[in-house]
Amino acid sequence: MIPPIIEAREAGFAYRRSAPVLADVSVEVTRGRGVALVGESGAGKTTLLRLLLGLAAPTSGSVLFDGAPLALGDKRLMRGFRSSVQTVFQDPYSSLDPRQSVGRIVSEPLRSLGLTAGGPRATRRAEAAERVAAALRAVGLPEDAAARYPHEFSGGQRQRVAIARAIVCEPRVLLADEPVSALDVSTRVRIVDLLAELRETRGLTVVMVSHDLAVVAALCPQVAVLERGRVVEQGDTADVLGSPRHPYTRRLVQSVPRLPARPA
Amino acid sequence: MSAQARTARRRSLPLTAGCVLVGLVVAVAVVSLFWVPFTPDDTSGDRLMPPGLPHLLGTDKLGRDLLTQLMIGARIALAAGAGSVVLGGVIGLAAGLAAGFATRWLDDVVSALLDILIAFPTLLLAMLVAATQTASLTSAIVAIGLAMSAIVARLTRVLVKRVLAQDYITASRTSGTSWPRVIAEHVLPNIWPTLTVNLALQFGLAVLAEASLSYLGLGAPPPNASWGRMLAEAQASVFIAPVGVIAPGVLIVLLVVGVNLVADGLRDVADPTRRRRRR
Amino acid sequence: MSLLEVAGLHVRAAGGRDLVSDLSFTVEAGERFGLIGESGSGKSLTALAIMGLLPPGMTASGSVVFDAPGTDRTEVVGAPERRLTRLRGQVTSVVFQEPLTALDPLMRIGRQVAEPLRRRQGLRGRALDKAVLAALEEVRLAEPRRIARAYPHEISGGQRQRVAIAMALACRPALLIADEPTTALDVTVQAEVLALLDGLVAERSMALLFISHDLAVVAGLTDHVLILKDGAAVESGSALDVVNDPRHPYARELVDSARVLDAALDRLKGGGTP
Repeated sequence: MIPPIIEAREAGFAYRRSAPVLADVSVEVTRGRGVALVGESGAGKTTLLRLLLGLAAPTSGSVLFDGAPLALGDKRLMRGFRSSVQTVFQDPYSSLDPRQSVGRIVSEPLRSLGLTAGGPRATRRAEAAERVAAALRAVGLPEDAAARYPHEFSGGQRQRVAIARAIVCEPRVLLADEPVSALDVSTRVRIVDLLAELRETRGLTVVMVSHDLAVVAALCPQVAVLERGRVVEQGDTADVLGSPRHPYTRRLVQSVPRLPARPA
Repeated sequence: MSAQARTARRRSLPLTAGCVLVGLVVAVAVVSLFWVPFTPDDTSGDRLMPPGLPHLLGTDKLGRDLLTQLMIGARIALAAGAGSVVLGGVIGLAAGLAAGFATRWLDDVVSALLDILIAFPTLLLAMLVAATQTASLTSAIVAIGLAMSAIVARLTRVLVKRVLAQDYITASRTSGTSWPRVIAEHVLPNIWPTLTVNLALQFGLAVLAEASLSYLGLGAPPPNASWGRMLAEAQASVFIAPVGVIAPGVLIVLLVVGVNLVADGLRDVADPTRRRRRR
Repeated sequence: MSLLEVAGLHVRAAGGRDLVSDLSFTVEAGERFGLIGESGSGKSLTALAIMGLLPPGMTASGSVVFDAPGTDRTEVVGAPERRLTRLRGQVTSVVFQEPLTALDPLMRIGRQVAEPLRRRQGLRGRALDKAVLAALEEVRLAEPRRIARAYPHEISGGQRQRVAIAMALACRPALLIADEPTTALDVTVQAEVLALLDGLVAERSMALLFISHDLAVVAGLTDHVLILKDGAAVESGSALDVVNDPRHPYARELVDSARVLDAALDRLKGGGTP
């Protein structure tokens, strides 16, 4: 049995004096077994993602990284965690600082985590530039994109920039919050393809919050269905979405709008 | 490329114009430190003389040289504007950042304090400050700066909250960036444009506020003429000696417009979305 | 005569750029018509132009004619505001994407729903209260009394969209325009709202102009569709034909994209337990 990279163990989260947003959630992310967190708005998906990202600490239970509890105050541990776990957001218009060039945006993890090898400043700069260029190439953007600003790009291209930032430090896990739901249909397919390709070529494990079951089916081998802060069903995507047991999952699957069948 | 160069030039036009206007006032203020046509308390001239020689712009109702007064006034206007903007800006920015980042109840406390400070009339504040020392340009600047800091703080707080809600802040944190660097790299650059424009506006208001404070004897004491007090004192004789009203009035307008143009220009130059169009 | 006849419609931006160009289509009484396009395709502007609600600076040219039974034939393009006000609500009304911004946050739901009923049908007092509850019941809102007393932020997104639909239907329009009405909603809520719209349109033999980027949603609800790209129509026809046999390359790309994602779901069904 491979040990999980990230694990939520009976994790719960509650704001002071209010009902818990999340209760008793246990989810494991093992290498190559990306999990999709599925559910409606208010189900606690985004809160769970924040816990897994180390942006908030659970109010009960724990979040483990490589088997050790995630201590948000421990700088060294968090640096290792941050360079292993990166994220992509839903809205590519809000996730890129409009006042920074793409090169600066993509290189931020390298700078903040001190991931370039030591040596004089110029060498480090050159190495960072090289890695940024490689990341941009990997997401299918031209290299000269680094000198440009976010507003010069379309929504789909911006999402590619965000993905480039997430992969520049070669993380093991990519946590994505509705990475394609703000995009047009044709762009959506291309970004899903890109994520699938990165998963194959870089051994990236994709964890995703999504309400789009088709995208989930395409990208994540495992799924956890959340309803009102609890996991109601969890397992292989094919099992859970293919033959749902819980009534809520069933309703979710049935609600997906489908194209009329092609006549034979 | 020439089209782009032309756009760039057109964009920097307000900046250039603003720099010329502000530069003019600054030049006059600097010259006044070394040379003025008459001493400011020289009342030897006839009263309310029209422009001519030796009083190029005429005299006021006490027979003092108007040009001399205006030149010294430039110094005071700049000091009042710049002094209170720096004071109000620094205190306001710090308080606003603190409130923007604060937890719920601390934010509530700070916001309540700011509301009280804003509701407090600048005049009363000026009297309080003047009571602790003597009324002077400095006490006026402190009073105006304090009043301004509340307004700047409230604006900063809202701007900071808006920026903090953006995903690029979270992205920055998950990239391992520390809070101080997040502030320096993302928060400040993104609130700066709106803040500069507001500070330029505050600069103009400060010049006017100093004018009314010195009119009430709460600002720079005579014979240090401030433009606002000249304006107020010349009111009564506007039909006999219009230059006494027009000259300081025009200078106030030019300075305020100049500062606003500079602020707009700086904002445009710093904004990548205005610098280059989508290809 | 068609209920709505759009002929050679152009929408021009302040700078003179065409945002919608030479668009023509008709919607018959009781017909369900779908307008499909991605962001920036001009689909929402088309809806606004039809209502005579274009934002300032934009101008429409061409012709948009309403011919509903019981009212005069109306040309929307160039019509005075007074004439358009009468048209809106009585002949046609809109449901927008974001139900939270479509409702006044400071007004109780009941009063907001009452507003069109009072203005158009002249109802007052008791009769008005009853009509409000009836309108809320009609959009299958459980507990209409509680909803009527609530403020918009106190109810869910799906409930808000139902309220918006109730308001749009209050004056019995001959044509309902729905602009991405379910895009902001969760999938299960979307399914419910779509079913509701489907039922209401059928009950009242009302015409529907449904605008969306989602091919599957539009194809499931409408008979006839038109695909817009960069402000121009690239393909139109019966919904089934367009989805099954798209001609234009862009239409094909759209359908293929939708099929790719659809296929991922189909594979699950086939897979089952390993």
